[in-house]
Amino acid sequence: MALPTYASPLERIWHWAYLVICGLIFFFLIAPIVVIIPLSFNAEPYFTFTEKMRSFDPEGYSLRWYRSLLTFGMQNPDATGTAFWADTWANAKWVNAAKNSIIIGFFSTILATFLGTLAALGLSRPEMPFRRPIMAIMISPMIVPLIITATGMFFFYSNPCSMLTVFGHSGQCGRLAGTYLGVILAHATLGIPFVIITVTATLVGFDQSLNRASASLGASPRRTFFKITMPLILPGVISGALFAFVTSFDEVVAVLFIAGPDQQTIPRQMWNGIREQISPAILAVATILVLFSIALLTTVEMLRRRSERLRGLTPQ
Amino acid sequence: MKSILITTTALVGFAATAGAQEVNVVSWGGAYEKSQVEAYNKPFTEETGITVNMIAADNPATPLKAQVEANNVTGDVFDIEVSDAIRMCDEGALVEIDPADLPAAPDGTAAADDFIDGALQDCAVANIFWGTVIAYDTTKFEGQAPSTAADFFDLETYPGKRGLPKNPKRTLYLALIADGASPDEIYDLLGSDEGVQRAFDKLDTIKSDVVWWEAGAQPPQLLADGEVTMATGYNGRFFDAMVGEGKPFEIIWDGQYMDMDMFVIPKDAPNPEAAMEYLKFATDTQRLADQAKYIAYGPARQSSASLVGMYQDGKTEMAPHMPTNPDHLETAVMDDPEFWADHDAELSERFNAWLASS
Amino acid sequence: MAQALDPHAAIATTASGVETDDGPLRTADGMPLARALARSQTQARRRAFLLVLPLLAFVMITFVVPIGQMLQRSFYNDGFSANMPQVSEWFAATEPGTEPGEDGWAALAADLQASAEARTIGVVGTRINYDVPGTRSLFTSTGRKVRDGIEPPYREALLEIDEEWGDPVLWGAMRQASTPLTTNFYLASVDRTRAPDGSIEQVDPRQRVYVMLFMRTFWLSALITGLTFLLGFPIAHLLATLPTRKSNLLMILVLLPFWTSLLVRTTSWMVLLQQQGVINDILVWLGVIGNGGRLQMIYNQAGTIIAMTHILLPFMILPLYSVMRTINPSYVRAARSLGATSWTAFRRVYFPQTLPGLGAGALLVFILAVGYYITPALVGGSSGQLISNMIAMHMTDTLNWSMAAALAAILLGSVLLLYWIYDRLVGIDNLKLG
Repeated sequence: MALPTYASPLERIWHWAYLVICGLIFFFLIAPIVVIIPLSFNAEPYFTFTEKMRSFDPEGYSLRWYRSLLTFGMQNPDATGTAFWADTWANAKWVNAAKNSIIIGFFSTILATFLGTLAALGLSRPEMPFRRPIMAIMISPMIVPLIITATGMFFFYSNPCSMLTVFGHSGQCGRLAGTYLGVILAHATLGIPFVIITVTATLVGFDQSLNRASASLGASPRRTFFKITMPLILPGVISGALFAFVTSFDEVVAVLFIAGPDQQTIPRQMWNGIREQISPAILAVATILVLFSIALLTTVEMLRRRSERLRGLTPQ
Repeated sequence: MKSILITTTALVGFAATAGAQEVNVVSWGGAYEKSQVEAYNKPFTEETGITVNMIAADNPATPLKAQVEANNVTGDVFDIEVSDAIRMCDEGALVEIDPADLPAAPDGTAAADDFIDGALQDCAVANIFWGTVIAYDTTKFEGQAPSTAADFFDLETYPGKRGLPKNPKRTLYLALIADGASPDEIYDLLGSDEGVQRAFDKLDTIKSDVVWWEAGAQPPQLLADGEVTMATGYNGRFFDAMVGEGKPFEIIWDGQYMDMDMFVIPKDAPNPEAAMEYLKFATDTQRLADQAKYIAYGPARQSSASLVGMYQDGKTEMAPHMPTNPDHLETAVMDDPEFWADHDAELSERFNAWLASS
Repeated sequence: MAQALDPHAAIATTASGVETDDGPLRTADGMPLARALARSQTQARRRAFLLVLPLLAFVMITFVVPIGQMLQRSFYNDGFSANMPQVSEWFAATEPGTEPGEDGWAALAADLQASAEARTIGVVGTRINYDVPGTRSLFTSTGRKVRDGIEPPYREALLEIDEEWGDPVLWGAMRQASTPLTTNFYLASVDRTRAPDGSIEQVDPRQRVYVMLFMRTFWLSALITGLTFLLGFPIAHLLATLPTRKSNLLMILVLLPFWTSLLVRTTSWMVLLQQQGVINDILVWLGVIGNGGRLQMIYNQAGTIIAMTHILLPFMILPLYSVMRTINPSYVRAARSLGATSWTAFRRVYFPQTLPGLGAGALLVFILAVGYYITPALVGGSSGQLISNMIAMHMTDTLNWSMAAALAAILLGSVLLLYWIYDRLVGIDNLKLG
């Protein structure tokens, strides 16, 4: 982005103004995420920098909101030692929410990644019929407004067999709403587009003749897949899986509509917290989540670069 | 195809079976939930070994109606207003409760005689009386403090934003009182088109300065954050902020709206026995009196009244903070459950249209 | 096995056979080549399709069909017809506008009694209440009175309970509800209603909400799209023209918000924009505003616009960036060397080349903005609510599910239209993430 040597003074001024504008936009992008980190160490229940915080007085800072994440919901918050941790593990609301988020995220990711990768392999074959409309349907969970998806799921998961009445089924078979399985299926549906997009993107650069070479050398399709295809598309699969996981980990609308009391996730707990009493405890959770997303982002970036290097897309 | 159907049926059925001994109680969240956890849940779990899941809702009647309608009930006990209890009982969604099953008072008075009038319904048992009141931030009005419902609508003398609940039930009456209507003509006015229009006209005068809240915990928070200078809210929540957290708030009892909260059990509750056990436990004399130790709501049993003493800090007398205190009842509007059972839907519709058309 | 199915393998086999045989080309096992090719292609297609099938079935069952079933409620509501069979039959047998005779009144009374006993009267009242506001209570209160029996003459008996039963508007609404198929919910979503004589008219001005909300949703989405363009264009350009090492570093600043939880970002904006929040504090501290004149930037449209612009900005930057990276800088240099000013070179040469990225980004941002729910619900107050919030309200508060479905159908229709345009212009295969 160096200026050409023939730039006029006006252009030089404009160039610097442009850089300042870009700096401000970057600030707009990142400041809201950074600002909550120091505020989560606030010793007072306020959302702004107190006098003591501004003068870097250690008294202005504390870990009380992080502690409250562990104690909120406990039977006996004054316990010590193992009793404290056992109580936290069993009863603290945020801890339970974290457990639920991880369980639901894990299984929905597995499901979405498995089905999505399989489908992406089919979609990227040149012989695939109706490629475009099928692709459009599979990407649509990302496009359709979440409130519509969640509403549809609310009725469906309340009585999943109602659609079987056309086959002569009674239309009654229990329900999926309020169960882990229901939330996992819903989140898998929402995560699928991300898997499809990332895996097909990896397959675009995939040289189909490698498969033929493998076949002509006598490898079975299975062997070809695991020895040739899989290693090459793995970075795409993993980033797709991470996207699916983040989608589930951050999803609240479907949870609001179909989860029961046992499936309180972190976003659900945050939603309650924000609407009710937005205490800095929310900021402590937010800070943890920001650190979590930094870790994920780093992983995905590393994978992307590795994949591009492997496929020789970026000469570096 | 058939075997697939059977497998899905089995799978879904398996997924639907609930866990061990537990009861899901849907209540109003915040300080009120805390008081119920302390007064009811902890001793209940200790005595019976049944764990209690507290679920917070802005108004538990909303998820209850949705769950019943979708045939997908996940809560066992709901803490709802009288009008909703009557309406849902009428529609056959709730378990009927026989007063004879409820524990008698310590002196042996039967539950049916011990509960205050109206506190026992076909399908519901009241636990507390609570008021919707105006509170203000004393630091914002140092010269002249507001004292009436009319002052709430006076933006010139008492500048600042106002916090109001996003529903017709607890806003329209206040507008009418502020407009000079007397508490006993409120329901006649709200039953007529002109009366409703009069209420909306009054609300229009402050509409652009209102921050609407939905959860009971929000109004004290809005006051504390300085987002509003005056708000209406549930008196127990303000009490909790004032006495429990030492916030500089003051309550205006003029034009309070008094209502009861009731425990109900939906017909398809996943844990019906545990639910009934919880309901009986929570509405006995001692528990209701205990709850008043944590929040300023009046117990629904006469026998509990004498057991109510100090706040949990051991030095604050509860009586002056109770919505049922005779001093606070002169201009109070009593909830008319029959009226709201019939008119809530239509007034809500009109209210939402009014709210959206800004 | 694999070799036999692969079309290329088939060609390879025949190629060696050509030298020895005359007549049509044949594979090694004697099958005509054209047929072998067709067969192996069909098989390849089938195998590709089989790979896709599990997911397609999954998405159909858990996503497409449920939404379809939900939308069915927008034109199908049997709340009245299923619970009031006799009077529905009477309506079917008579002409519209018929003054109800004693047979009609008797059917109504019998249905009311049966429905009150079965505790379905609330459902019936709710259905009629959608068309004639305020009649739910008429049904429930009458139901309470006739539950234990009602004596003929029914007309007089019912009018005795409430005079409103004689209202022709009410009978008109019941007639309409006596068949489960209805267009009334769609009419209501565009602030129209059916007059007693069957003609369509606008609703009372005080009740007109939905058209305004749709307009607001589209207008705010367009505004937010415009803002993301204004903020995203310079950033994308900078990233595309910087050396890779630097741009990769700066890219993190774009991707971090993208990966951060939506609720976290919304919370941050609440913290920043509140009256006692960070921005107001800084402004007061700088002396720009007085302590009494703190700005109201949240719980109104401003809150919705600011937070949504921030949240959707990466969706604009990423497609713009990927297009800009492919633009050859020598075009601009050529324009400059031919005498164009830098502005002209930008406007006539550079900008037109960014249009594909701009189109992709703008459509994506607009599509996502139109359906936003969480952020407006938390920071929008009442003036920043979008149509999604209205759908949610009808789903959870008023429980008018048919209305929610009708609004959802309209919203979904417009989103799918945009999606189709996106697919035509950009192609969904070109959707990229990070």
